[in-house]
Amino acid sequence: MLELKVQTQGGCASSGCGGSADRLAHLPEAIRAKVNNHPCFSEDAHHHYARMHVAVAPACNIQCHYCNRKYDCANESRPGVVSELLTPDQAVKKVLAVAAAIPQMTVLGIAGPGDPLANPERTLETFRQLAEKAPDIRLCVSTNGLALPDLVDELCQYNIEHVTITINCVDPDVGAKIYPWIFWNNRRIKGRKAAEILIRRQQEGLEKLVARGVLVKVNSVLIPGVNDEHLKEVSRVVKAKGAFLHNVMPLIAEPEHGTFYGLMGQRGPTSAELQSLQDACAGDMAMMRHCRQCRADAVGMLGEDRGQEFTLDKIEHLEIDYAAAMQKRAEVQAEIEARRAAQHQQTKVALVSLASIERARPQPKQPESRPVLMAVATTGGGVIDQHFGHAREFLIYEASAQDVRFIGARKVDLYCTGSETCGEAETRLEQTIRALDGCEVVLCARIGYEPWGKLEAAGIAPNGEHALEPIEDAVAAVYRELLDAGRLESVTAEPERLSA
Amino acid sequence: MAFKIIEGCVNCWACEPLCPSQAIVAAKPHFLIDAHKCTECEGEYADPQCASICPVEGVILDSLGMPLNPPGSLTGIPPERLAAARAEIRAR
Repeated sequence: MLELKVQTQGGCASSGCGGSADRLAHLPEAIRAKVNNHPCFSEDAHHHYARMHVAVAPACNIQCHYCNRKYDCANESRPGVVSELLTPDQAVKKVLAVAAAIPQMTVLGIAGPGDPLANPERTLETFRQLAEKAPDIRLCVSTNGLALPDLVDELCQYNIEHVTITINCVDPDVGAKIYPWIFWNNRRIKGRKAAEILIRRQQEGLEKLVARGVLVKVNSVLIPGVNDEHLKEVSRVVKAKGAFLHNVMPLIAEPEHGTFYGLMGQRGPTSAELQSLQDACAGDMAMMRHCRQCRADAVGMLGEDRGQEFTLDKIEHLEIDYAAAMQKRAEVQAEIEARRAAQHQQTKVALVSLASIERARPQPKQPESRPVLMAVATTGGGVIDQHFGHAREFLIYEASAQDVRFIGARKVDLYCTGSETCGEAETRLEQTIRALDGCEVVLCARIGYEPWGKLEAAGIAPNGEHALEPIEDAVAAVYRELLDAGRLESVTAEPERLSA
Repeated sequence: MAFKIIEGCVNCWACEPLCPSQAIVAAKPHFLIDAHKCTECEGEYADPQCASICPVEGVILDSLGMPLNPPGSLTGIPPERLAAARAEIRAR
């Protein structure tokens, strides 16, 4: 029996130090401070902190084949969709209301539903007011980059420390398959020439932001057969220019969304294709894997949307004492930081012990144990605390003898919650099982009798024994159990299923 | 001499700030052009601004009732090539 808590000298052992909190450990203190509580820039932060987007920017200056400019839909959750367009004044009111009600909300982003920088007056006016009225909220913006180089100075003036640029290509021939046109210098430009201008402007904007010390995240949409191989090149180029993080997201293209790709039958990537591309890019730079591709008016933790609690009619007559709210926010965030620090300490011990498994085995030549994907149901806080049947998404972790690493999040109700109109092809449980494809274990707080049986039949072992434990500790512990049971020895053979 | 926005407009606001004559009205169910104000950008720009940024084909008409962005003009795929293009995209 292996010792469960092995303390080693000298802190983290080699690659054993894979805890997500540590992944940013190599960064200078000033940068760590900037991302520590930003759920979109730090994977660990997204377990603890919330964000919101305000939809003040409707217009767009380019067309992407994955976007439908008809953005008003209450039942869809994907980028570019909103329910209520806000004026800057309304947006500021909403931000103050949410900040008072959700003290762990640290970040306000403007992300559309069009391009924020194609609506500079509305976007900048919102930032100007918020920089003054809510100095404890981080402001960030995302853009397609076309108008970016001309607005860098103004963004810096309002203390914008995080900018996301969507860069799908650095080759205009690839770009011509993604962007049919742009609006540039008062004309519509089409085809390759349009892509060429867009790419030039994106790169110029990236360079300028980096020169000003702004943290830049690059978002790329993975479009099979169009830019899949090419994204490795994109990753190299943007990293060389100083981008902080690369976020490769899967294309969302369903006919009912009415996008060009959706209507034309362009497919999105499989989970395996996405993961393999992210792994290929990861050699070059920090990759983001916890993106939930949220709406341009999302409110709450990543993966949840509390927008309906803060609609205009509900906040219109609210009186907000922001000074008091700021006090409470500071207290709540200090508690979160204390909890994170404690959790991080604990997890470090568990991961070190995991890493020591291989070394503890008799040398030489034990067959290497294979990695295992595990799904986790959580509402946040970095612990396993959700009932299987309540989970609308699962976090996917890969455990190996070296470490536990976060792979991504998978949604259960894929992008659409409308039931009547969207067909009843499969039950929620069937949908969940399909979403968990490739996972061998699912960790949750509790689980019902029926899903237990169906999961087992599908070769996924349900596990409710680690309720309320920190995720990475629990994943490490389950991996160790599998290892002890001798289930992980095949490296190349068909992955062994765990059903009894 | 004026353009007209018809049904199919998705109220995306792209055209409104660009109009040099402030002729675009954010109306429901869709935006409208004030025919008294619209100059078709004559003397202001080489191309009419609303029609140059509108993302939807066929929803802005010229004074003869012809679409300024006819079918296929914005996707870059003319109707006669649509089936072939779809087959090509589905094969990816």
